[in-house]
Amino acid sequence: MSVLVYTESEKGKFKKNAFEVASYAHKVAQDLGTSVTAVTFNVEDNASLGDYGVSKVLKISNDQLATFNAKAYASALAQAAEAEGAKVIIVSSSADSKFLAPILTAKLNGGYVPNVVAAPDSTSPFVVKRTAFSNKGFAHTEITADVKVIGVSNNAFGAVENNTSATVEDFSPSLADDAFSTKSIEVDKVAGKVSIADADIVVSGGRGLKGPENWGMIEELAKVLGAATACSKPVSDMGWRPHGEHVGQTGKPVASNLYIAIGISGAIQHLAGVSASKTKVVINNDPEAPFFKAADYGIVGDAFEVVPKLIEKLKEFKAQNA
Amino acid sequence: MKILVCISNVPDTTSKINFTEGDTKFDTNGVQFVINPNDEFGLTRAMWFKEKQGAEVHVATVGGAQTEPTIRKALAIGADEAIRVNAEPTDGFFVAQQLAEVVKNGSYDLIIAGRESIDYNGGMVPGILATLLDMNFVNTCISLEVDGTNATAIREIDGGKEKISTSLPLVIGGQKGLVEESDLRIPNMRGIMMARKKALNVVEPVDASQPTQDQKFEKPAPKGPVKLVDADNVGELVDLLHNEAKVI
Ligand SMILES: Cc1cc2nc3c(=O)[nH]c(=O)nc-3n(C[C@H](O)[C@H](O)[C@H](O)COP(=O)(O)OP(=O)(O)OC[C@H]3O[C@@H](n4cnc5c(N)ncnc54)[C@H](O)[C@@H]3O)c2cc1C
Repeated sequence: MSVLVYTESEKGKFKKNAFEVASYAHKVAQDLGTSVTAVTFNVEDNASLGDYGVSKVLKISNDQLATFNAKAYASALAQAAEAEGAKVIIVSSSADSKFLAPILTAKLNGGYVPNVVAAPDSTSPFVVKRTAFSNKGFAHTEITADVKVIGVSNNAFGAVENNTSATVEDFSPSLADDAFSTKSIEVDKVAGKVSIADADIVVSGGRGLKGPENWGMIEELAKVLGAATACSKPVSDMGWRPHGEHVGQTGKPVASNLYIAIGISGAIQHLAGVSASKTKVVINNDPEAPFFKAADYGIVGDAFEVVPKLIEKLKEFKAQNA
Repeated sequence: MKILVCISNVPDTTSKINFTEGDTKFDTNGVQFVINPNDEFGLTRAMWFKEKQGAEVHVATVGGAQTEPTIRKALAIGADEAIRVNAEPTDGFFVAQQLAEVVKNGSYDLIIAGRESIDYNGGMVPGILATLLDMNFVNTCISLEVDGTNATAIREIDGGKEKISTSLPLVIGGQKGLVEESDLRIPNMRGIMMARKKALNVVEPVDASQPTQDQKFEKPAPKGPVKLVDADNVGELVDLLHNEAKVI
């Protein structure tokens, strides 16, 4: 009857969100009076999960699962859920989790609620709060199905330490060939770059930057902050930046702790996708730019003057606080 | 190839969001409804297949009679036939079950849905649909090529992209990138006239489960005013981010 959690990893190491979803699972398990079982894929050292409230790890070691495969992973998770009698399954809101969660839900004939931003309102009935209307509202959604799959929004709950010691058991799901009917043939990822989904801080540039040649200062600012870079839609449409950096309602959602928007007007479609960020900073030369209404901090000024100064000040700050 | 494009009828992206009936219903007053942007990219890709490789393209929506202008627009853009399942789409699993029935009855090879509807952002219809039908599935799809029964797709992943090889029958959750934005089509007069003659079949829903229910909606708390920092005093921003917001 434990709460099951899918902890994501890459090359044998847990992703940051693994600890957040484990923490969320721990909270739900407490409410339900049960414990947390994590499923891990090809991770040798699983002990760190105990720090976030996991008491049992089902460790899958399988070369066929070396790279993410939604159908195969979902099948493995469904088998783990059945073995554990788990009725609540927690996943993250990464691209991978959003790919596998619907498959898992259909396999278990459950109910799935993504974009969940808080611990359940109640567990009987089971009601969770999630974002809706592209962050322009929230819904309190009841899951009536026996099996409940919950996708936790990035940074919404945070990683919470709970000292538990995790026992580790090997788990070998049986995977039919059919589970591999989609095959990854190439992954194209910029090494060493922070991705928007994982980032605590996102630095984003808009049409106000005038051209791709001016992105050097955006990248430098991002580097100083250890941030990911992003952009508004027209910027990617014009090919100044790759499509994967476009954030907003029709682009990637951003739920970082700090979002810095430079030369972005703050159109409703842009705001919809970034408003889940906790602190928003706007740099824009137009004091009437709508983004100032949605921001926490703002500087009215020319990006080409403000950003280099900001980089300089941040470098000083880093040097003092190193 | 026979393609089904799943169309969600959603509030236009500039819509202000309000709720009525004690915050239990979305207020449609003054809201303009459109084809879900993610679906629009998929519909255009389907048109490309039709024109370049030969395909029959149907569109389907689960929704009440008020959604008909939206599917008529899809017909005006060039879809050959439309199906409306006459039911309120209040839960993604329910919608997927209805669409699964449409797919079974129409024997489609390729089902193109959007990665999510921009209203409830569930993002579950394509994946559940694929699983119910035992078809292959690629989510957040930004490129799709079909050669016979082989398919090559590119999906967006966190921090990059992944190329996937798979085969028909296939369901994708698509988005911007499937076609260029400049290739999206606006119905012209001829398309609108032709759409009037095309079939819009209304079918009744099948029995299906409804595993989730929205009990109540809420708007985000109003924001306090922005704190402005002088452009000549950028250091103050660093200070505020460190000491007040505690984000650096
Ligand atoms: C269906 C649909 C979906 C959409 N989805 C998205 C989405 O997901 N994401 C998204 O971003 N947009 C989206 N849009 C587009 C959106 O409506 C806006 O067009 C877009 O966000 C504007 O981008 P921008 O702010 O970079 O450019 P602009 O609107 O051109 O604004 C540029 C800003 O930069 C400022 N500026 C100019 N020069 C300087 C300078 N030297 N220093 C400082 N500031 C300067 C200007 O004052 C202005 O405020 C969508 C639109 C539609 C119709």
